[in-house]
Amino acid sequence: MNGAPSVLSVRGLSIDYLTRRGPVRAVRDVTFDLAPGETLAIIGESGSGKTTLAVSFIRLSPRSAVVRAGELLYTKGGLTTDIRKLDDDDLREFRWSECAMVFQAALNSFNPVITIWDQFLDTAKAHGMKDERAVRRRADELLDLVHLDPRRVLRAFPHELSGGMKQRVLIAMSLLLDPQILILDEPTTALDILTQRAILDLLRELRGRLGFAMIFISHDLSIAAELADRMITMYAGRIVERASVGDLFYRPRHPYSVGLLRAVPRVSGALGAIESIPGSPPDLIRLPPGCSYAPRCPFAIDACRAAEPPLVAVDTPAHEAACIRWQDVAKVVGDAQRPVAEKLA
Amino acid sequence: MIASAVEFLRLLSRRPVGLAGFIGVVAFALMAYVAPLFVPLLTDPNIREVYQSPSFAHPLGTDFQGRDVLNQIVYGGRDILTVGFLAAAFSTLLAVSLGGLAATVGGRLDTVILAITDVALTIPQLILLIVVAAIVRPSGFLVLAVILALLQWPSLLRQVRAQVLSLKERDWVEAARSLDLGLFHIIFREMLPNMRSYIAIHFILAMTQAIYAQAGIIFLGLVPLSGQNWGIMLYFANSQGAIFFRDSFWYILSPILAIALFQLSLVSLASALEDIFNPRLRSA
Amino acid sequence: MLIELDRVSRAFRTPLGVVKAVDSVSLAFAEREVLCIVGESGCGKTTTGRLLAGLIRPSDGRLLYEGKDVWQTKGADLRKFRKAVQIVHQDPYASLNPTRTVSQTLLAPLLHHGRVRGRRAALGAATDLLERVGLVPAADFLEKYPHQLSGGQRQRVSIARALTVEPRVIVADEAVSMVDVSIRISLLNLLLSLRREFGVTIVLITHDLAVARYFAREGRIAVMYLGRVVELGPTESLVSDPAHPYAEALIAAIPEADPTITRTKERVPLRSADVPSLLDLPIGCTFHPRCPRMEPGLCDLVRPDLTAIPGDREVACHPAVRERTGQKVALAT
Repeated sequence: MNGAPSVLSVRGLSIDYLTRRGPVRAVRDVTFDLAPGETLAIIGESGSGKTTLAVSFIRLSPRSAVVRAGELLYTKGGLTTDIRKLDDDDLREFRWSECAMVFQAALNSFNPVITIWDQFLDTAKAHGMKDERAVRRRADELLDLVHLDPRRVLRAFPHELSGGMKQRVLIAMSLLLDPQILILDEPTTALDILTQRAILDLLRELRGRLGFAMIFISHDLSIAAELADRMITMYAGRIVERASVGDLFYRPRHPYSVGLLRAVPRVSGALGAIESIPGSPPDLIRLPPGCSYAPRCPFAIDACRAAEPPLVAVDTPAHEAACIRWQDVAKVVGDAQRPVAEKLA
Repeated sequence: MIASAVEFLRLLSRRPVGLAGFIGVVAFALMAYVAPLFVPLLTDPNIREVYQSPSFAHPLGTDFQGRDVLNQIVYGGRDILTVGFLAAAFSTLLAVSLGGLAATVGGRLDTVILAITDVALTIPQLILLIVVAAIVRPSGFLVLAVILALLQWPSLLRQVRAQVLSLKERDWVEAARSLDLGLFHIIFREMLPNMRSYIAIHFILAMTQAIYAQAGIIFLGLVPLSGQNWGIMLYFANSQGAIFFRDSFWYILSPILAIALFQLSLVSLASALEDIFNPRLRSA
Repeated sequence: MLIELDRVSRAFRTPLGVVKAVDSVSLAFAEREVLCIVGESGCGKTTTGRLLAGLIRPSDGRLLYEGKDVWQTKGADLRKFRKAVQIVHQDPYASLNPTRTVSQTLLAPLLHHGRVRGRRAALGAATDLLERVGLVPAADFLEKYPHQLSGGQRQRVSIARALTVEPRVIVADEAVSMVDVSIRISLLNLLLSLRREFGVTIVLITHDLAVARYFAREGRIAVMYLGRVVELGPTESLVSDPAHPYAEALIAAIPEADPTITRTKERVPLRSADVPSLLDLPIGCTFHPRCPRMEPGLCDLVRPDLTAIPGDREVACHPAVRERTGQKVALAT
């Protein structure tokens, strides 16, 4: 991954929603790179801006969302394009053949009155595949890849399939044009444990076979632990920490990451010192001055409220945190390769 | 109470159509109820001024006996509005109580109420109205209001019942049942506030229906004529041949316009009510 | 036993046939107990919770409160039961009446049941309750409408509402599933503190085993599958050493918030991913088509009942019972 040019580069992206009470600053100055074949997890809770960010990659944002600043650069075969500047035709080509999005199956992502085959065909035709037999062959291939029986699934209507099956179909459809990047929004939320497991294993398998890069958005840290190479935690629209998955889980340097890790109980191993983060996320219309996490932060000092802390390198250059007291956090959390909750118990 | 009235006006002011409707309704109400206290009804016939076109002395012209039309319009609202209001009130009360009861209690009571309602719905309303009016010959407000109410409650009941059935499934209703708060509390304090806009809109529309129905049966001569109201004006306009003269045009048009404008005000007000009753708009 | 489900079943009529959402479930709860009912969707855990709260009637079996069959009692006894078992719902956006303020919601039960006299005293009691559930300063919350509160705050109001009638049992149906991850623990701790302070028995229904393990760490877990309880026992021993193959598969399948553990965890492969429909349940043990330990001739013929095994635990599985107690199961003749 070092040395290879990033397939996706986000630079200083800021997105606002226009509302009657004022602009909601949903995404603020987000910058990151995605290497080819890499899996990046963007973790955040409600109000973190993660979904706004994700839909902006394929320019699917609602009309009330306005991009205030920033670039979205896509690189393939040595050529870099700014996604924001694509015209409608190029955008359509970009979507699905270069970058596809897998939505939450539980959220009615299907047209309920047409069969799965019709949805495949519609999607294929919309992206330039006109030969029905070719589409049929491809659909068979893809459904096979996700371990579904094409004969059964293609004839079915969405309500006849279980949640897990629907999620697999969405994954299969996203791979229709062999994209370089797959974006998944809460891929396992609302799924049962055993179904979740199957989907996670499937994603791992597909990634190994097809080599696409993945960005997934979730509030669920455990998916990041399963699949991610690198992770970003977001709070109130900003990236607060960016690190490899090992670094973030065992050596977090931002108090929000620490708080989040301590708030998630596990089934295996010792429970450790589990506790919630007090307070609630800030109002994105009227953000407090300084660090937006300060009101809930146990490490906060006056200097934190003076100015928004920039993302700075901690421990290693690949690990960044937006906290002026990261060294104190590091002292508390330490370096051992053990879960944070255990270490703090 | 005062706070909610002020709040109501504030929310209304943001909706021009609703505000216009509200002003219209208030204006008509004042005209119908307050004006008669100050201005007497002119009943003396004046043969020399029969069917005059509008002039300064008679802004809406005169009728078949030379009496001022405007004067009659001002007076003509009271009866119509009162009966309309009462009819709407009776039918809404009946529909909400029975519909709410049927939906909450369910079982046999629901089946019985529903059966009665369905039968009532199949009877053609206009025919029923004419027949009942002809038999009963209502001479008082109350009787007329009750007759009109009896025609409207079936459809409102079905809709209230459907609404309550859906509300019944909500978690907060289940919590109220769990807390043993009692049927009365659950229907009137928990569910009803969620149907406020619904009921208010239906009340207003019931009022418009009652007013049309009134104008209709009075025009058809099914109600003993007493007093003076817009419907009676229409009756006389028709029976006294006002449609054949050009100068008497305003005698026909005035009550029609009065009724139509009032109805329009009611409907405009109704259009804004759904928003206003939404609690999400009440925050500071 | 404070409250007990005695071989309770609940059947539903659907256009395609009769479905037993809950099949002969027996669970007994003492005072001050913590129990988590865990299972995947369709296992009947929510229906069990509602049966426990007396919100739906069993088709079979009895619900016993303080030894008395609830559905046979009337009058004062029934009202006493109604107040004794309260439910906290899953969806914070649907659990409160949107047209009523927090104070209206809390005052209604306080005044209705005569626990306090007069509005002033009721407001005082409501303030105390809000403080007790962590909504401080209470005065800030009294006149708010639900849409002005966050999800976590609404759940706290729901809990305060349940407390207005001084319940003995609180059934929390996925009460933290729709709330932000970072505040789930504080809500769970709140419920646990109620148990300490007021001696309330708490039954938490959840699909999240990690939450169950944390919440019921001093209590028990019941694992449900297709309408039946398949394993029951103290949390730590159940989680570290599950007896039923389904419980074992579940625990092994959960992704954990720790890369080393989760990427090296050994999964329990199941023979089939298809969950049978409740309309067409397998003969014998309903899990046998998927079970890696299935024994032909036994598991596909004889339905296992919940049987006691060492450690104060129960499991409904022939091989597991035999392994842990040495008992053999008599084959149906």
